[in-house]
Amino acid sequence: MALDAKIPGGPLEEKWDRHCFDMKLVNPANKRKYTVIVLGTGLAGASASATLAELGYRVKTFCLQDSPRRAHSIAAQGGINAAKNYQNDGDSVHRLFYDTIKGGDFRAREANVYRLAQLSCNIIDQCVAQGVPFAREYGGLLANRSFGGAQVSRTFYARGQTGQQLLLGAYGALSRQVAAGGVTLFTRREMAELVVEEGRAAGVIVRNLVTGELERYAADAVVMATGGYGNVFYLSTNAMSCNVSAAMGAYRKGALFANPCFTQIHPTCIPVHGEWQSKLTLMSESLRNDGRVWVPKKAGDTRKPSDIPEGERDYYLENKYPAFGNLVPRDVASRNAKEQCDAGKGVGATGYAVYLDFRDAIVRDGRDVIQRKYGNLFAMYQRITDDDPYTLPMRIYPASHYAMGGLWVDYNLMSTVPGLFVLGEANFSDHGANRLGASALMQGLADGYFIIPYTLGGYLADRPYKAHTESSGAFNDAEEAVRQRIEGLLNARGRRTCDDFHRELGRIVWEHCGMARSNVGLDKALSRVEALQEAFRQDLAMVGTAKGVNQTLEKAMRVSDFISFSKVMIADARARQESCGSHYNLAFQTEDHEARRDDADFAHVSAWKYTGEDEAPEREVERLTFEHVKLSQRSYK
Amino acid sequence: MTQSLGLTLKIWKQRGPDVKGALQTYEVRDISTEASFLEMLDILNERLVLNGEEPVAFDHDCREGICGACGAVVNGKAHGPLKETTLCQLHMRHFKDGDVVVIEPWRSRAFTLIKDLMVDRSALDAIIQAGGYVSVNTGGAPDANAVAVSQELSEKAMDAAECIGCGACVAACPNGAAMLFTSARVSHLAQLPQGKPEAKKRVASMVACMSEQGFGNCGNERECEAACPKGISITHIARMNREFLKSFFK
Ligand SMILES: Cc1cc2nc3c(=O)[nH]c(=O)nc-3n(C[C@H](O)[C@H](O)[C@H](O)COP(=O)(O)OP(=O)(O)OC[C@H]3O[C@@H](n4cnc5c(N)ncnc54)[C@H](O)[C@@H]3O)c2cc1C
Ligand code: FES
Repeated sequence: MALDAKIPGGPLEEKWDRHCFDMKLVNPANKRKYTVIVLGTGLAGASASATLAELGYRVKTFCLQDSPRRAHSIAAQGGINAAKNYQNDGDSVHRLFYDTIKGGDFRAREANVYRLAQLSCNIIDQCVAQGVPFAREYGGLLANRSFGGAQVSRTFYARGQTGQQLLLGAYGALSRQVAAGGVTLFTRREMAELVVEEGRAAGVIVRNLVTGELERYAADAVVMATGGYGNVFYLSTNAMSCNVSAAMGAYRKGALFANPCFTQIHPTCIPVHGEWQSKLTLMSESLRNDGRVWVPKKAGDTRKPSDIPEGERDYYLENKYPAFGNLVPRDVASRNAKEQCDAGKGVGATGYAVYLDFRDAIVRDGRDVIQRKYGNLFAMYQRITDDDPYTLPMRIYPASHYAMGGLWVDYNLMSTVPGLFVLGEANFSDHGANRLGASALMQGLADGYFIIPYTLGGYLADRPYKAHTESSGAFNDAEEAVRQRIEGLLNARGRRTCDDFHRELGRIVWEHCGMARSNVGLDKALSRVEALQEAFRQDLAMVGTAKGVNQTLEKAMRVSDFISFSKVMIADARARQESCGSHYNLAFQTEDHEARRDDADFAHVSAWKYTGEDEAPEREVERLTFEHVKLSQRSYK
Repeated sequence: MTQSLGLTLKIWKQRGPDVKGALQTYEVRDISTEASFLEMLDILNERLVLNGEEPVAFDHDCREGICGACGAVVNGKAHGPLKETTLCQLHMRHFKDGDVVVIEPWRSRAFTLIKDLMVDRSALDAIIQAGGYVSVNTGGAPDANAVAVSQELSEKAMDAAECIGCGACVAACPNGAAMLFTSARVSHLAQLPQGKPEAKKRVASMVACMSEQGFGNCGNERECEAACPKGISITHIARMNREFLKSFFK
C-alpha cells in the first residue's frame, strides 16, 4: 500500500484555504449527535476539546493527571513562534516555513509546514484574547525573542513559563466547555486499548487509575493527543508520566509509526548527577541568546572556570558557526557538546558538561536585565545544583527532550486507522528530523485550535451517528485483552523493579540510538533490548492488585511499552542509511562532521507497521517531494 | 559537597478514603544530598517493592515545580521547609543526617484522601470551571497587537498567573480556604483588558463556587502566602475582595 498523504492540489499558499472549502461540513444541528473522544489535555488535546465542543460536538476528554492543567505542556519554558513580523526584521509566513523545513533537515512535508506557518499568527491572536499574559514592551505591544535556528525575532513568551500560560489559556477554554456541558472530563484515566470496529476507530478502553476498573467509551472518532515518547531514554526533560503506551496501543491496532528514530536531544539541560536521578531539567534554549557556550581549550583542565583566562577558553559554537554562533539548531549544538566532552574537554565532576556563561551579558546589560529575562530559570538552576549562575557559569549537557517521530498522519491529521486522528507531539507531522525551538507549542495549538475542527468535520460528514456501541464484540475483546495483559504483569514475582528495567533500557538507547549512531551499535542495541524484554517477562518485581491505586502497575505497563517501542525506533535508525538532523549515523558525515543526507534514497518518511509482538515491523514509505525549497546542505556557518 | 544521609521517615499510610490511616516508620540510608525529596521517596519505594511491600503512593509529574501535581506536608509545612519551593524541587541537602521527617498528605475538608499522600483536588478545577476564563470561542480574535497593554499591568497579571494549582494554600490554611488560589485567577484576568468585560460575573460565580465546594472562609492568617511555592501574594486576595464588592454594583 502506498501511503497517501492526501495533500490538496493548488499552489502552496492556497492549499489549506481551498481544502477547508472543499471539505464537507457537518450541519450545526447534527454536530451534537456526534461523540468525539479526545485523549490528552496538553496544548493539543485541551485546545481540540474546547474548540470541538464550541462547535457543538459532544466531547469526552481524558487525561492521566488529577487535573487537565497538569499535562506536560505546562513545563514548556521558552516560547512559541509566530510569523507576525512585529519586529519588522524580515519575518514572513514564507520565512517561518522555510526555516522549519530547513531546520528539520528537509524531512518534513512542505504542505503541512506551510499551513503551520500560516496558522501561527492566529494562535497568538487567540491566546491574547484568552488573557495569556505574554511579555510586552514598554509601549504595551508584544515582545519577542529569538530562538535557536532562526535569525529573526519571532518567539512570543511569558517569562520562562510560556507553556504554562498557553496551557492555562487552553485549560480555561476547556473548563468553560466543561461548565457548559460540551465536554465531559475524565481525569486519572489511562487509555489501555484502542477499539477498532469494521476498520474504524470506535472508542477506547481506559483504566481508571483510582478504582483500577476498566471502562469503555464509544465514539464516532478518537483524537489522540497523548504527547511524545522522550522517556524511552529513561532520563529526559519530559514529565514522569510521559509515555508511548497510547501510541503503541494505536500502532498495535494498525496505525503506522512514522520516523521513530527522530528524537531531539536538547543541548541545554542540567547534567546527570547520580544513579538515583529520576529526570533531567531543561534550561530553556532562550538562555543561548545571552549565554556563551565554552569549554577549556586544553583537555583535562580542572581549574575553576574563573581561573581559566580568556585566551584558554574555546567558544566552540561561535568559532565554528560565525553566522549563528550560540543559536545553531539543537541537534548541531548537542552534537558539538558531545564531541567536546568525548575529546576530554568536558567540565564538572563527571566531565559530561560544558559551560553556559552569562558573565559578558551581565557586564553588557546589567544584572537586572538578565534577571528579568531569566530570573526563574536561574533560580531553578541554583535550587537544583546549589551554584549561583550570576557568578559561576552554568554547567549544561544534552538530554532527551522531544519526539519528532510519532504516529503517521495524513494532511488531515488522520492516522492509517480511519477515525483515529493524532495531534501534537504524538504525531510526526511537521518537524522532520529536527524541531526548531518554540515550534512544538505552535504545532500543538495549530493542530488543536485550527486544524482538527475542520478535518474532523470532513471525516464525520459522511458517517452515521452512533455507529459504535460499548456492548459490541470489539469492546468485549479489547477489554479482555487489557485484563489479560494486566493479570500477566501482576503475576510477575521477579527481583528487578520497573525502574531498574527502564534505566537499563535508557542506557542502551542513549548509547546506541542517541546523539550518534552506527550500524554495529544499533545491531547490538537491538539484541540487548531483546534480552532485556525477555528479562522483563521473567524477572519483574510486582506488588499490589488490579484494584485501586497501583502506581507500580501503571509503571510496568508503560515500561513494557517503552521496551517494545525501542525496537521499532532502533529498526528505523538502522534502516535510514544516511544522516539527517537528529539522526546522525557516524558512517554518513560531511568533512566538517555535519549530517550527510542522501536525498536520492531517503527523502522520505519511514512508517512502520506492526506485525506481532516479537516480529520485526514492516516499513512503508511516503516519498517527500520538494517544490518550493531547494534541498541544500544545511549550513549555519 | 555531596554527602549521604540516613533518615527516619514517618509517612502517612492509608489505603483509601474509608479506612483509617496511620504514620508508618521507615528508615532510609545513603541518600545523596544531591537527590530531590521525591527521588528519596523513589529510593524508598523501589526497596519496598523488592521486599514485596506496597510502596508509598504520591502524586508527581513534572518534577520541575510547574505542574502542581506534587505536594505533602513535611514536618508540619506544606511542601517542606524551603520557601517558595515545591516538594519536587526540595533537595536533600536541606536535611541533616539522622533527621526525623514526618510526611503527611494535604488535609482539608474540600480534599478527600485517595491513598497515602494522594488527595482529590478536583474542587480546584470546579472553581475554574465556574468562571476562571475569558469567554471567547476559537477564531475571530482581533490582531494580538490591536490592544496595547502596559508592561506594568501585564507583569502584574503574570505575577498572579504563576499559580500552579497545587493546593498548598488550602492545606496550609487553618480554615481550609481557597482564597489565594481563586484570587490569583481573578486578579490575573481582572487586570487585563481582555478579562474586563465579564469581570463581575466571573468573581461572583467563582466565589460562590468556593463555598459550594466546601472551602472555608479567609481569616487573614496569611499561612497561604507563606506556603505558596510560587510566592503568590495575598494582595491578590485584597484585589479579589474589591472586585467582589464591585460585582454588586451595576
Ligand atoms: C521542559 C520542556 C520545555 C519545553 N519548552 C518548549 C518551548 O519553549 N517551546 C516549544 O514550542 N516547545 C517546548 N517543549 C515541547 C512542548 O512542550 C511539547 O512538545 C508539547 O507541549 C506537547 O504537547 P501535547 O499536547 O502534544 O502533549 P502533552 O502536553 O505531553 O500532553 C499529553 C496529554 O496526554 C495525556 N496522556 C498521555 N498518555 C495517556 C494515556 N495513555 N491515556 C490517557 N491520556 C494520556 C496526558 O495526561 C496529557 O494530558 C518543551 C518540552 C519540555 C519537556
Ligand atoms: S511534580 Fe510538578 S510541581 Fe512538583
